Amino acid sequence: MKLLIKNGRVIDPANGIDGLYNLWVEKGKIKSLSKKGEDVESSEGSFKTIDAEGMIVAPGFIDMHVHFREPGFEYKETIETGCQSAAAGGFTCVAMMPNTNPVNDTRSVTELMYTVGKEKGIVNVLAIGAITQGLKGEQLSEMGELRDAGAVAFSDDGRPVMNNELMRRAFEYSKMFNLPLVQHSEILDLTAGGCMNESLVSTELGLKGMPSEAEDIMVYRDIALLERTGGTLHVAHISSGESVKLVRMAKARGLPVTCEVAPHHFCLTDEAVRGYDTNTKMSPPLRSARDIDEIKKGLSDDTIDIIATDHAPHDTLDKQVEYHHACFGIVGLETALPLTLELVEEGVMTLPQAITKLTSRPAEIFNLDWGTLSPGKDADIVIFDPEKEWTVEVKNFKSKSKNSPFDGRVVKGQVMYTLVRGKTVFSNAN
Amino acid sequence: MNLQGKNILGTQGLSKDQIYGVLEAAESFKEISTRKIKKVPTLRGRTIINLFLEPSTRTRTSFEIAGKRLSADVINISGSSSSIVKGENLIDTVRNLEAMKPDILVLRHSCSGAPHLISKWTNSSIINAGDGTHEHPTQAFLDLMTIKEHKQELEGLKVAIVGDIAHSRVARSNIYAMKTLGMDITLVGPPTMMPVDIEALDVKIVYDMEQAIRDVDVILMLRIQMERQNKLLLTSLREYSTLFGLNLEKLKKAKKDVLIIHPGPVNQGVELSPEVMESPHCLILDQVTNGVAVRMALMYLLLGGEDEALN
Repeated sequence: MKLLIKNGRVIDPANGIDGLYNLWVEKGKIKSLSKKGEDVESSEGSFKTIDAEGMIVAPGFIDMHVHFREPGFEYKETIETGCQSAAAGGFTCVAMMPNTNPVNDTRSVTELMYTVGKEKGIVNVLAIGAITQGLKGEQLSEMGELRDAGAVAFSDDGRPVMNNELMRRAFEYSKMFNLPLVQHSEILDLTAGGCMNESLVSTELGLKGMPSEAEDIMVYRDIALLERTGGTLHVAHISSGESVKLVRMAKARGLPVTCEVAPHHFCLTDEAVRGYDTNTKMSPPLRSARDIDEIKKGLSDDTIDIIATDHAPHDTLDKQVEYHHACFGIVGLETALPLTLELVEEGVMTLPQAITKLTSRPAEIFNLDWGTLSPGKDADIVIFDPEKEWTVEVKNFKSKSKNSPFDGRVVKGQVMYTLVRGKTVFSNAN
Repeated sequence: MNLQGKNILGTQGLSKDQIYGVLEAAESFKEISTRKIKKVPTLRGRTIINLFLEPSTRTRTSFEIAGKRLSADVINISGSSSSIVKGENLIDTVRNLEAMKPDILVLRHSCSGAPHLISKWTNSSIINAGDGTHEHPTQAFLDLMTIKEHKQELEGLKVAIVGDIAHSRVARSNIYAMKTLGMDITLVGPPTMMPVDIEALDVKIVYDMEQAIRDVDVILMLRIQMERQNKLLLTSLREYSTLFGLNLEKLKKAKKDVLIIHPGPVNQGVELSPEVMESPHCLILDQVTNGVAVRMALMYLLLGGEDEALN
């Protein structure tokens, strides 16, 4: 059946579209887009209608950084629950990091992720393969096999590739497949035992700090290696202001370097750690207000290409413990949109710019055939009310885990519908 | 005098009045320990659990004696005998203890913030007996009490804190309390042992010990934690002792009436030479005596003590 999404403000950055349009969907594909009142489609015959008056209609969001814990840690999240969480957050495509158990360093694990994703996942699931076998940082994984099985990038996320020689070879080897390397940038000997940003706050709380230089040094190392080897680098969850400057410098030199930021890194500073709430513990850690200023500049001038959540579910056993012993990470899929809109409200980014970083830009970097509303493409669509206020309540999260520091935060901007190939996979409409 | 809140998690955030209130109460309680019958019925029928998940002799004993002198029932649980070694998590342990209705939980734990974590899971009052590298508030109170016995006025006193500031909960609790009371603090030690941005707390940093102690009223020497000292922070204990140990020669540079305190246990010959320990400047045993009084005072104040407490 055909579907008409009418009266909405359609923002499709890939095609430079921002205006009031009616959008027709047929057989799971985008059929046509027409200015309000200039309909090209016949409204005869039977069709469903969504009235998007006052709402934004955009390509479904793409999150290139999630941890869905399957296989191995299904008590924290499964591909099925993770996808439900994604749909509730307006995401129609997610890329799973390989730090599962077993690690996604072999074809069979990648294939399992895609199989389960297709069977149980209500959104598109992609797999990112490991750079090194077992994430051990000792020997490269079989990147060719992983690529053949569908891996869209390589990463040891959760761990950095510490060995310089190995990282150089990873850049060289991955060139054959034209897939980016996603680095979790952290010099481990500078952060050993650390559990928050190194600052006055860590001093006052008596918690071991993780200096932001641990990130900067690795970002610079990778840029330096890349300049010699070629290949492409995508810096995961950038959190340090200096690292943003380094990426800007690399881009100015014309190097194929991109980066992402997670919403918590532009919404919270390390001041949030006071009180020892373990939902403020993540890696990289929450940084200083100065870092946030640089991140905002980076978002504004597009040095920071995309917004990715680093959705990292953990159950209470791993979070309701001493701060030092708590696992790193928070869930992020269901709060990403309103937190991003806070920066739009603040004037850091325009709304189309923010949507670009959630749709067309990640599609471009990772060579995905999504993130646009061009006719003929999959009808992966998000419809959200940018003005609707609501209170974040973790108990309502679709994610299996509730580890979020944003519980109780009053936010603006709510996902009303998420569609994957024309089918409604999430709805907030009454 | 009323302590706001039901817990003593740290000295940070306490007001001047609250700190003086604790010290005054402690001064009254000190007399009980000099009696022949060292016991008052103040906390009769109350239950205090000492949950010590990190090794401690003097602090644990001090809390136990303090509780017993107030007639409370005191139960001691130490790390090696607790279910923690069987893998039980801290919250579960505390919830089980809570089910037995104690009035005060005294916690010593190797992780900063552990008392804050358990405070959300119990109705008992919590006294932090040292959490990781964060705070050790009862130590700061007993240090201040000891200084006050010799110097009367605390405000305006100059204090040098010497040693591994970065890893010291004693230093933090003293810095917070002393700054609140208007005392002047100089931190002394190698830069590798200075915590990041500590100057923001309005303290001076001096690397030359002789210069630093020249005109101070109190020298607080910290223990070098030989058992967990990171090799990257020190060259050798010998050089540390040469630069930051206190011996008679260095002491000559200090004021004639300077006070020396140390939270113990002392690494003799490293932080303090045996001669300095035996000198009249050194108040370590007074600190231990006052520790009992301070802990009695806090238990009394937390449980909403009444005026007949000292009868």
